[in-house]
Amino acid sequence: MWQRFSSNKLALSGMVVIAFLVIIAIFAPRVVTHDPTEQNIADYLQGPSAKHYLGTDDLGRDVFSRIVYGTRISLSVGFIAVGIAVFIGVFLGAFAGFYGGWIDSLIMRFVDIMFCFPTFFLILMIIAVLGPNIYNVMAVIGLTSWPGIARLVRGEILSVKEREFVYAAKAIGASDLRIIFRHILPNALAPVLVTATLGIADAILVESGLSFLGLGVQPPMASWGNILTTGKDYIEHAWWLTLFPGLAILITILSYNLVGEGIREVIDPKQ
Amino acid sequence: MRGHRAGVKTGIMPNLLEVKNLKKYYPVERGVFKETAGYVKALDGVSFTIGEKETLGLVGESGCGKTTCGRLVANLLKPTSGEVLFDEEDIFDLRGKQLKSFRKNAQIVFQDPYSSLNPRQKIFNIVAEPIKIHGLYPAKEIKNRVEELLKLVGLSPELAKGYPHQLSGGQRQRIGLARALALNPRLIVADEPISSLDISIQAQIINLMLDLQDKYSLSYLFISHDLGIVKHVAHRVAVMYLGKIVELADTDTLYAKPLHPYTKMLLDSVPKIKTKVTPPTVEKPATETLAGRQNEGCAFYSRCPRSISRCKEMDPLLEPKGEKHYACCWNPE
Repeated sequence: MWQRFSSNKLALSGMVVIAFLVIIAIFAPRVVTHDPTEQNIADYLQGPSAKHYLGTDDLGRDVFSRIVYGTRISLSVGFIAVGIAVFIGVFLGAFAGFYGGWIDSLIMRFVDIMFCFPTFFLILMIIAVLGPNIYNVMAVIGLTSWPGIARLVRGEILSVKEREFVYAAKAIGASDLRIIFRHILPNALAPVLVTATLGIADAILVESGLSFLGLGVQPPMASWGNILTTGKDYIEHAWWLTLFPGLAILITILSYNLVGEGIREVIDPKQ
Repeated sequence: MRGHRAGVKTGIMPNLLEVKNLKKYYPVERGVFKETAGYVKALDGVSFTIGEKETLGLVGESGCGKTTCGRLVANLLKPTSGEVLFDEEDIFDLRGKQLKSFRKNAQIVFQDPYSSLNPRQKIFNIVAEPIKIHGLYPAKEIKNRVEELLKLVGLSPELAKGYPHQLSGGQRQRIGLARALALNPRLIVADEPISSLDISIQAQIINLMLDLQDKYSLSYLFISHDLGIVKHVAHRVAVMYLGKIVELADTDTLYAKPLHPYTKMLLDSVPKIKTKVTPPTVEKPATETLAGRQNEGCAFYSRCPRSISRCKEMDPLLEPKGEKHYACCWNPE
């Protein structure tokens, strides 16, 4: 498995970048050159230099340090939101697929209803009601992105549950929960890994979008999205305010997508 | 050959299992609102018994309902109607503790050894799981018991550390047997246990199953499409065609004097080493399947070389035609 994954150079480089980002996020206080919230009006809107690697913003804050701290926000939103979505999606999908009948119909019709909402506007509305802060953003992204996973898990369960070892488990007297969690799910989770990896990229994008609109992480806390918001006001004279957080988002999303595609190729039985 | 003992053994033994008029219909659904357009009668009124220490062979072509029958007997599917009595209790009424006790007594071995073992479980856990679920041995002794079981089916205890994909088909089938034996069952449903194995391995597994039967007084429902092997292992044989038993008799009787034209056709189709080449009997092609079967008349009518007008009008019933010899035919041989 690992050999096939690592022979895919793009996927491997994506994984290296993600590992690098995780390290930066963990050691943010040691990596930064300035306090990300420290204002220094005298140095406002300065271009990249030896003192400020990526320049400063309109309040004289160091953009490099703010992007480094923004990594923490983006990665944690990605992991936690997708964690919530996987948890709900796997549970509901597993029960729907395993029990079938009215339980299946109930869960899957609910999934269909969830799919009917344009997710981003649903998130916007909930955040507007609950108030913008990072925890609400994580929870809301998680609670709106599980239906795809539920549908995927249900399909996998339907195909695995007819395999003979599942009948064998029933014959030796295993309980339903044991059959689902010990025998079916371990054989059905590989595609979920792909969806979850791609889902992290989506969650990071949504968080950036929300922060850009002022409904995500609130200043003075730094997030890639709210650095961009400042950037748009000064895009004509201070390109660094838009380019660098934009690049951070691009590289992160690209890496997750490459890793996701890499895993998909490895587990694809046709190869 | 086992067949010799058949006449002596059956009849005296009390019935361990009694199947009464068992039916399993699958609805065929059509359209958006899933109206039921008809039924596939996978099993259409099957009755038989299995005695203690007896092997009943169940033969028939693919798709005739053998596997469905085996899974119903192991209580892995629910029937449309009918009963399966185990120790005189209907297994489909069992709940909780009683169901668990049935599961301990009746085990199943599957056809495909590549699909019947969970690829993500270690061999040790596969064999230990039934012991743990039923709490048969204290935690400390489970390891010894698993090693004992692996030795019993002729495998090295070393293999316990590995995963199924590291084993060959024959070894996997032995693991499947070890898992079934872990609970000391009285009945094992063997669903084509050897049809996906090499010929040389087939004989080993069959001999192992016969040894285990003697050692642990097991009863087998032995499902197969290989008449040669069934002759070797079964005391009695039931022949199935499109969801029904068309003939049931002691092994020797059935092979020596088949009454139903379908049984005869099956026996004729077994490859034999002949000194003189005789032209093969002309066989009419199968036009009916389980899905497209009409309701009136004998299911075998369109393929039958001995059909008479009555066959088209009325479905024959499984009736005694000789001593412990049942056939379902208006015009038997």
